[in-house]
Amino acid sequence: MEKRRRHDGSFFLAMLPLYVTTLVFVLLPVLYVVALSFMKRDATWGVTSEFTLENYIRLWDPIYLKVLLDSLKIAVKTTLLALAIGYPFAYCMAKLPPRKRGIVMVLVIVPFWTNALVRIYGWMILLRANGVVNTLLLEIGIVDVPLKLLYTDGAVLLGMVYSLLPFMILPSYTSIEKMDWSLVEAARDLGAGKMRAFLTVTLRLTLPGILSGCVLVFVPSMGLFFISDLLGGGKEVLMGNLIQNQILTARNWPFGAALSVVMMLMTLLFLFVYRKSTKQSQPEGMA
Amino acid sequence: MKGKKHTQRRWGSGIYLGVILALMYIPIVLVIVYSFNKQKISAVWGGFSLDWYRVLFHDQQMMGALWNSLKLGISSCLISGVIGTLGAVGMTKGRFRTAGAIESIATLPIMIPEIILGIAFLTFFSFVGIPYGMPAMIIGHCTFCIPYIFINVRTRLLGIDPSIEEAARDLGAGGGRVFWDITLPLIAPGILSGMLLAFAMSLDDVIISFFLAGPTSTTLPVRVYSQLKTAVTPEINALCTLTMGVTFCIVIVSQILGSNKFKRNRREEL
Repeated sequence: MEKRRRHDGSFFLAMLPLYVTTLVFVLLPVLYVVALSFMKRDATWGVTSEFTLENYIRLWDPIYLKVLLDSLKIAVKTTLLALAIGYPFAYCMAKLPPRKRGIVMVLVIVPFWTNALVRIYGWMILLRANGVVNTLLLEIGIVDVPLKLLYTDGAVLLGMVYSLLPFMILPSYTSIEKMDWSLVEAARDLGAGKMRAFLTVTLRLTLPGILSGCVLVFVPSMGLFFISDLLGGGKEVLMGNLIQNQILTARNWPFGAALSVVMMLMTLLFLFVYRKSTKQSQPEGMA
Repeated sequence: MKGKKHTQRRWGSGIYLGVILALMYIPIVLVIVYSFNKQKISAVWGGFSLDWYRVLFHDQQMMGALWNSLKLGISSCLISGVIGTLGAVGMTKGRFRTAGAIESIATLPIMIPEIILGIAFLTFFSFVGIPYGMPAMIIGHCTFCIPYIFINVRTRLLGIDPSIEEAARDLGAGGGRVFWDITLPLIAPGILSGMLLAFAMSLDDVIISFFLAGPTSTTLPVRVYSQLKTAVTPEINALCTLTMGVTFCIVIVSQILGSNKFKRNRREEL
């Protein structure tokens, strides 16, 4: 007993730095943003600590509602596209012989190690008016004038899906790989068609992987302002761009904070739903 | 008949994997190829040259940004390496009621969109009077580096067979001795890979640095971002190629180190 307590003391000391940094540099800043969102903007640059709901009321302005809706739309589109591309990819990958599987795994992870900006810049080279795609199309003679590919909505979506695809592939792959294939065989033996076996067994069992992939794609896709800035030319304003603009350019910190709180709440809601659903599907997957 | 169908399907999935992988790599390869292009702005190949690398190395501002990025990456990965490892050890070995809550808060920085974290630091640091620049960026980067190390080390700790530590204790080793001689070597690969991941993340970060950089301590990604927004020179190609090369070297070295150590540990365990 005595010994146990002494150990707990040293373990507590070991945890102390983590406790302090977490509370002071993570929890406090986040709470400060929440507090800031209820404050008034100063006549000059700062804020006054006067309680107001003004910032949240302002959110209902159609201009800002549209931004919110647009960001949600692009986040949903990104997630669905990443799922549509990433899940089959993970599935094919899991069906490969082990050695090839390892190689493909490394190939998926390597781009993750390159700077996100570099990869976006690569797409800029491809898509711009005198870029690679247009040069090729003109050479072959499919088009007479260069197509407008860069600075479009499609380019933003492409950039988002491209940047976040590994986050869909990896968790999907993990759940497909550790799935018990004999269950699929059993379903087939019992007379289920291929489609039916896939929908009722494979998809069900790999649902946790799909869901965590969706969270990992959806959450960052709302905040990646630099992608829409570079590929969309900053034309369409997304949540991330608006927040950045309010904080740095308009210097309206309370309103920027209110926008951040909304984004944070949406994220937490999404995470909460995800936790719930994985808890529910876990025992089902085990059974 | 069935065999033929099977091979067809295998071909199909192979082609699918190939196409997606190609799409993943084309932009990266293009950046590398164009860094050696003599032509200034055009998709046309104008011959091989190293001019852009020469321009890059003579660009004082770029070199300054590179130095800042390295300083930032190294200090935040070292600091968070110590904090994250100690925290993971304390949390796994000791039993504290607050541990769960702290774990959730500590991993928050990699759960919520980075921009919110950036805003939170920007406003909070101004409120408490921490000036923007290197110290602010180090604090900011540590908060998202710690979770990577913490999670890596904790996973490894949970995978250690408790009987090894018990055996050492039965043979008379004290708590400290058990930690230094048994636990630490076993979790070392986890610490190392976590720290390298954290270093790569710090080197890669645009958003947090973008908000905290201040006027004098621009990092490389922030500089690249502002250049991409205004005027792109092929110098950027050269820079991107170099940073990619450096990151690859770090990752490869870490993989080799990690896997060797891992194997040796496994053998000792057996």
